[in-house]
Amino acid sequence: MPMEYSSLTEEHIAVRTRAGLFDVSHMGEVEIAGSQALQAVQKVTSNDASKLETGQAQYSALTTHSGTFLDDILVYRLADTHFLLVLNAINTEKGFAWISKELEVFDDAFAVNTSSRYALLAIQGPQSENILQELTTIDLNTIKYYEFTTGEIAGARTTISRTGYTGEDGFEIFVAPQSAQLAWETLLKTGSSAGLLPAGLASRDTLRLESSMRLYGNEITEDTTILEAGLEWIIGWNKPSFNGKEVLAKQKEGKLNRKLVGFEMIDRGIARHGYDVYDKDEKIGMVTSGTQTPFLKKAIGMAYVPTEWSEIGATFFINTRGRRLRAHVVGMPFYRKAKD
Amino acid sequence: MYPRDLKYTKDHEWINIKNETGKIGITEYAQQQLGDVVFVELPKIGQAIKRGEQFGSIESAKAVSDLYSPVSGEVLNVNEALIENPELVNKSPHETWIISIKLTELDEVKDLFDSINYEALLK
Repeated sequence: MPMEYSSLTEEHIAVRTRAGLFDVSHMGEVEIAGSQALQAVQKVTSNDASKLETGQAQYSALTTHSGTFLDDILVYRLADTHFLLVLNAINTEKGFAWISKELEVFDDAFAVNTSSRYALLAIQGPQSENILQELTTIDLNTIKYYEFTTGEIAGARTTISRTGYTGEDGFEIFVAPQSAQLAWETLLKTGSSAGLLPAGLASRDTLRLESSMRLYGNEITEDTTILEAGLEWIIGWNKPSFNGKEVLAKQKEGKLNRKLVGFEMIDRGIARHGYDVYDKDEKIGMVTSGTQTPFLKKAIGMAYVPTEWSEIGATFFINTRGRRLRAHVVGMPFYRKAKD
Repeated sequence: MYPRDLKYTKDHEWINIKNETGKIGITEYAQQQLGDVVFVELPKIGQAIKRGEQFGSIESAKAVSDLYSPVSGEVLNVNEALIENPELVNKSPHETWIISIKLTELDEVKDLFDSINYEALLK
C-alpha cells in the first residue's frame, strides 16, 4: 500500500465527501474453529463475543494477562463455532503465536493463520454503497453497521462487511488474492464517475485520526491498558473471565493514573507522535498522534496525560520542535459523520 | 520549469533578488517532495538571519522540513497569506514567496545556483 496515489488531501476529501478505495491486504487473518471456538475467543479477546450472531462483527482487543494490548482487532462470527479475527499486519505473527498457545487448554478449539488466503479492499465514503451496489446482487442496504455477508462482487466470491477505519460509511471486502486485482480495477472503474479515488496509507492515517480511532503502536501498545486508551466499551465485564480481566477490574476500581485525550492546538503549529506534553516545566505526558487534518483543517492529536489533565478544556504545552505551544483538551471524536 | 530570474540553493529554496532585497520561497521540486503543505512557520519581521540559518519550517501532513535562508540579512516581511492558505506553496511554488529579506552580504549572491545549475543538481 503506497503512502498516497494522488495527494493525501485529495484522497482524504474524497473519502469524506465521495468515496476512496484502500488496499489493506496487509492486514492479518486468524481463524478460530472447533466446538469450543466461542470459549476460546472469549478467553483471548476483551469484548463479549457471545453477543455476536453469525454475520456480525465487533471491535475488540487481543489482551495480555495485564489488560494491555497485544493488538486491536475485529472479530467476525462466520458460523456458530467459527470466528475470523482481523489483526494488524505488524502483530499477525505475534498474535497468532499467542492465540495458539492460549488455546492449548481447550480440547476442541484451534487457530489457523489464514492471512495468505485473503486480500482485503476497503471502499469508504458516502458514495460507497451506491458504487458497490452496481457490482453485486446482494442488497447492501440490508447489511447494517458491523454486519457482513457473503456473495459475489464483479463475479468474485467475497465477504462484505460494513466496517472501516475512516469514520465514514463503507465496506471492507475480503476476496481471494487471485481475484483482488480485478476487483480493485473494476471498483475503480465503476466508481470513477462518482468520484471514487484510490487512497493510500497517509490519508488512512489522517482519516482515522480525525475520527479518533486508535492506531496500534501509537495510542495502544503492550504498555497501555484498555481503560487508559478510553476503550472501556470493548470490555465485556459480564464475561466470567478473559485474559487481563482481573487487572482491568482492579484498575477500574482504583484511579487511573493517565488517560488518552484528544487535543486541539491553541497556538499555531502541529504536534506529532512522540512530542512531549508539559505543565510549566514538568513533563506530564506524550503525544501519540497528531496532524493538521485536511477536512476539519485543524491541528489535532491524541496524547496520554495524567487523569487530572483529561477534562475537556484542560490546557497544557506541547514541545513542538523546541517551541512551547499551547493545546487544550477537546471531546472525541474530532469528526463525526452526519446521521443518515 | 525553473524560472531564469530566480537563484537557487541545494536545500531547494529560491530567492528572487531585486536591488538589495530578496523574496524567498521553495522550489517546485521541494513542494513535490513535501506533498500537501498544511502549515508554514514564519519568522518575526526584523529578525536578523545568517546564510544557511533556519528561519522557519514548513509542514506537510506527512513531514516537517526546515527552511534555511539562502543569504544573510534582515527579515523585511512575511507572507501572511500562507497562514490561512499554506497550500499556495503547492499550487504555485515559484510565485509564492515566504519571506522577504534585506541582504546584508551582497557577495553571497555569487554562491547561489542559477536555474541551469539547479536543474543539473536535480538530475
